[in-house]
Amino acid sequence: MTFVRQATAIAGKDLRIEVRGKHALGTLLPFAATLLIAFGFAFGPGRDVLDRTAPGLLWMAVLFAGVMAARRAYQAEAEDGALEGLLLAPVDKAAVFVGKVAAIALELIALVSAVLLLVVVLFDLSLGSPLALAGAFALGSLGLAAVGGLFGVVAEAARTREAIFPMLVLPLATPVLIAGVRATDLATTGRAGEALSWLGLLVAFDVVFVSVGILVFGSLMED
Amino acid sequence: MDVAARGIGKATTRSGERLLGAAALASLAVSAVLSLVVAPPDAVQGEVQRLMYIHVPAAWLAYLAFAVVFIASIAYLRTSRIRWDRLAAASAEIGVLFTALAIALGSLWGKPVWGTWWTWDPRLTTTAMLLLIYLGYLAVRRITDNPTRRARWAAVIGIVGFIDVPIVHLSVVWWRSLHQGSTVFRLGGPEIHGAMLVALLAGVAAFTVVYAYLMTLRLRVGRLEERAVREALSPTVAQVAEEDA
Repeated sequence: MTFVRQATAIAGKDLRIEVRGKHALGTLLPFAATLLIAFGFAFGPGRDVLDRTAPGLLWMAVLFAGVMAARRAYQAEAEDGALEGLLLAPVDKAAVFVGKVAAIALELIALVSAVLLLVVVLFDLSLGSPLALAGAFALGSLGLAAVGGLFGVVAEAARTREAIFPMLVLPLATPVLIAGVRATDLATTGRAGEALSWLGLLVAFDVVFVSVGILVFGSLMED
Repeated sequence: MDVAARGIGKATTRSGERLLGAAALASLAVSAVLSLVVAPPDAVQGEVQRLMYIHVPAAWLAYLAFAVVFIASIAYLRTSRIRWDRLAAASAEIGVLFTALAIALGSLWGKPVWGTWWTWDPRLTTTAMLLLIYLGYLAVRRITDNPTRRARWAAVIGIVGFIDVPIVHLSVVWWRSLHQGSTVFRLGGPEIHGAMLVALLAGVAAFTVVYAYLMTLRLRVGRLEERAVREALSPTVAQVAEEDA
């Protein structure tokens, strides 16, 4: 099998598990919604504060959901020795990484679309320039998926110390949070042109993390 | 790589350690005299500016230590020699210590000069993120008892974390800025009084010697830890582990 086919097979497997298990729909989306409403209680009910903080709140919800989605992607592997089976299978470790990242990214993009709808309804966010917005969310989701997909295997081993995984991922993902929030803010206030440099930063982050992940993922998996 | 390993081996003998300890003490004394007595007080900030002579060296050590973690991590993944992992672990601990010190000292300096303990300035924020990333590195080192796995995971974080720092910094720079600009490394030469520059460079040199000394101590503790683990193993396993190290 070629690299691409291996990666698609892994991504397909993970997405099938998600679709059948309905983890994203049943757990992550309600979690994100709870978070957004809690933010509303914390900052509301004044409309103007919520207006200004909406892009930040939206990305906080995405960030937390991303951490959970990445952890979930490796939880399934821990059951019934699936991870050992995957490691023994004659596939490139880098293809496993790319497949996992692709699956997590697609899940996040689906999740973000739903969360965005919630924010539009709850916080009265205007969509402004949908193209720049879509770019920010697609690139940001890929970046989060790359960091989470790389270290998800560590999260699985640290099950008794739950805080370690977010503690590792959130600081590393700082550029995604900053660039995502700024780009969203600019896109929703009709300054999509200025959002371009932030989208460029997201592209750089994605390229760096996906390529470094491809190089080092094998070392994380070996024992 | 082998030359570097031999050099580290020499410095970590007991006599090398004592020599470094004496050099660290002496250079710290010289740096204290230069920064507290010889250098003039700052024209605007007054005596409080003297914090610079330990704040800047501490920050320099933080970045030096994490660069060493980065290089040792790459060396470990390439060679699978546990001594590189030991080096990375020692350097990360010292780096975290000095990062925290740099932030604390900067905060003390910021209160009288900027009027606030903390500002969301790029260099400050990047350093704080640096501290968090390497606290995560140290936390991951405590997850597993399997030394090979621990070393591999730590090495990956040591590499990824270091590569991430410039991106974090760039994103925070674009986000906002307030720190005083670079004073030493700038076009047209340093914009700083001669005696101040000497005191600053002496501080940087002294802290670097302190780093080398702390490294030799930490590396010896690391070797002793591993020996204690090996001696608890059965003789056959211990022999294999010995050859591996």
